Order: sequence, then structure tokens, then C-alpha cells
Amino acid sequence: MRQDHLISAADLSREDIEAVLDHAAEIDANPAAFRQRHAGKVLGLCFFEPSTRTRMSFDTAMKRLGGQTVDMGPVESSSVKKGETLADTVRVVEGYADSLVLRHPSEGAAQMASEFVDVPLINAGDGAGQHPSQTLLDLYTIRENAGLDDLTIGIMGDLKYGRTVHSLAEALTNFDARQHFVSPESLRLPRNVRYDLHASGSQVKEHTELDEVLPQLDVLYVTRIQRERFPDENEYRKVAGEYQIDMETLEAASDDLTIMHPLPRVDEISSDIDETDHAKYFEQAHNGIPVRMALLDILLSQDR
Amino acid sequence: MTENHELRVSKIQNGTVIDHVAGGQALNVLALLGIDGTRGETVSVGMNVPSDRLGRKDIVKVEGRELSQSEVDVLSLIAPAASINIVRDYEVVEKSRVVRPETVSGIISCPNTNCISNADEPIKARFTVLSDGVRCDYCDTIVREDEVAANLDVS
Ligand SMILES: [Zn+2]
Repeated sequence: MRQDHLISAADLSREDIEAVLDHAAEIDANPAAFRQRHAGKVLGLCFFEPSTRTRMSFDTAMKRLGGQTVDMGPVESSSVKKGETLADTVRVVEGYADSLVLRHPSEGAAQMASEFVDVPLINAGDGAGQHPSQTLLDLYTIRENAGLDDLTIGIMGDLKYGRTVHSLAEALTNFDARQHFVSPESLRLPRNVRYDLHASGSQVKEHTELDEVLPQLDVLYVTRIQRERFPDENEYRKVAGEYQIDMETLEAASDDLTIMHPLPRVDEISSDIDETDHAKYFEQAHNGIPVRMALLDILLSQDR
Repeated sequence: MTENHELRVSKIQNGTVIDHVAGGQALNVLALLGIDGTRGETVSVGMNVPSDRLGRKDIVKVEGRELSQSEVDVLSLIAPAASINIVRDYEVVEKSRVVRPETVSGIISCPNTNCISNADEPIKARFTVLSDGVRCDYCDTIVREDEVAANLDVS
């Protein structure tokens, strides 16, 4: 990779992405070979927002490389509660670890933090900004199931605040992918992502209804529409209901359709779909381990 | 309507004349340059002066101060057509146009209230200049050219 940190998917070239995915496949095929790879190294986990899943995934990935992790614990019991700035926190924790993983509720937090530390920093979610390590595992899953070139993908749900969506859309501009964005009018892609997609010359279309594009999709990436994005319960129910999929929805889909979701889901994908060959969301979650192992291995092995 | 437009704002002996500022932006120009009159300099402002090029333009004249290129380049964000005239002894000795800087720092605040640059951190808001606006280096929010004036952080 060209840089020491992983802050935004927009920083990733096709070569960067392929290097991580190829390395992840190598690890996936023979995990035992990497068991002692980073023995003695420590990964610092700084989660300023609850996230058991991503935290566990990084924790496991580091341990499977032979390394260890230190966790700052919940925000309620830390110095942050006493009013410490993020800039101070990361400069302190940097002294304990060889690399940092940061999740923070403010957009731009990871970019700022990276300006204060010398160890590699991975953005594990900054508000409604970016979540690039999720994107790498999403791309790994897409590559395994549908291929990354000559791809037609539908990305549906909360496109405005969904950081996994922003990162995925930006990363896919490196590939021959036609991107269809399906969302309610009020949750369309933000201006900056739109700007980048336009600037990259990617084939992008926006829709308010899934049926307009479902039959042509190779991959459908579903995200959750959250209650708090709407002023009242009725409006939320009405809108969210239109972006849920079940067996009946899939009658119009290709037999080879791959369905993905960054999880956790609530009711966007009905559970009877889980038993079909379309459902790849649990496989996607499992891919987080080899992909994060590959990412950590690359970042920790760089000469700095 | 035959009177000389230039006479609407008095000539200065030494200093800087910022001409061809988009109509209505003169006070933002002063704010961006950090000129508020408290240092005693003579400042004259002409607003909505008829102009062949801009229809209506503003003119700002600052007596006793020669503004450097880097000081005035930031004006390109709100007054891209502005021209800068350095005056010595009533004569224009240097004329230049504003050039768009690559980045601007501490001048515009990010309109995204959830951006880390608006939190209590030891950083200044920093933007990369695009052809038609600016983009927050932290949260990626894009502020269009016509929105820049409303987000100036000058105090
Ligand atoms: Zn910002």
C-alpha cells in the first residue's frame, strides 16, 4: 500500500485492493502458516462507540497472527469521559501498540488521529464517513461469488449515513462495476460520494425502487435503515418496509444473485432467505478474519 | 451617469486596491483578510458599483497596507475575478489576479456539525480547493463555491 494508514477507501488503488485480497486468500488457504507471524506485536483497539463485532474481528485477526491486543475499554470508564481530546488519547495509546484500530462517532476522526501518530492506524468507522476494512471483506466476498469485473451491483438502504456504503462505492470505482443505488429520496448518497463517483467516470444509476434493477443484478448489498433517521415512527415504518426483501421479492431475481449485508440486520432480509444459495452475509462476516489478518500483516510488515 | 466610476471611492496614496469583487462580497473580503478597522487603517468600500465585466462589483481599498499574494489568494474562493492593485504614491505599481490556493486552513469552518474539526480538538478546519468549491480534509464534506461565504470562520 502507498500509505501507512487505512483511513478511506478512496485512498485505495486497484493494486492495493488486490494485494490485500490475494494475501487474504493465501491466509485463508493456510492459516497455520501465519500463526507466529506477528508474535510479540500489539494492536491497540480504540472504540469510542459500541461495536462488539468489528472489535472482536480485529481482536481475533491479530491473535491469529500470533500478536496481542490492548483495548481501551468502554468510553464511560476511560479518560475520554474526563474530557481528554482524541488527539491526546491516540498519542498515549500509540506508545502501547504497534498499530491502532479506531472507531469514533465523528466524521473525520480517523484522518485527524492519523495526523498525530506514527504507527499504522486503521479506520474502523468514523461516524457516517468511512469503514474501509469492511469494504475489503465485502470486496473479497464479491470476488469469491460474482467476480469484481463485469459486475452489476445494487446497493440498497441507508445510502446517506451508511459508512459501509460510502467505502464500498468508492472502492468499486477501481473495477468494471455498474453500480445501482436504491434508496428512499431522503437517504440518497451524500454529495461527496456522488462527486467522486462522477469524477471517476463510473457507471452509476440511482433508483427509489428495487424492482427497476433487481433482474439484472449479480450482487445485492442490503443495509439497514435506522429508526432515528426519521422524524416519526409511522414515516419510518412506511419507508423501511419498502426496502425489505423476502422470498417473494426474489422471484424477479437471477438464480445466481448474491445477497450481502454488513450485519447486524434487523428485518431487512427475511430469515427464510438464509437457507438459500443467495445468502452470503454470514460468509461475508467470516471473511473479516482472513481479510483483516491480511491487512494487519501488510501494514505491520511495512518498512517505516 | 457620465461620472467616473472610480470616483465613487476615493483614491489612496499607498496601499492595496482590491477590484472586481463580486457584488455584495466586500465585507466578506474584509473579514477574510482580517481587516476590521481596529488597527486604525483607512478602509474604503464601494458596493454594487456598475461594472462592464461583472454587472455590479464591489471595490475595497486599504490604505497603508500592501497585501501579499498569499494573503489575497484566499479571496479567490469568494471573489474569483478579483484583481489586486498595489498603490504607491497614488500610482499602481503592481497588478495581479487572485490565484486559487491548493488548500485553505482556519478560514472556513466545516458545515458538518458532526465533523471532528468542529470538536474540541487541537486542529484547524482544513479544506482542499476544488474547481467549484472546497472539500473538508477530515470529513470529506463538499462546500460549493456559492456556499463558502456562509461558512467563513472569521473572528
Ligand atoms: Zn468536515
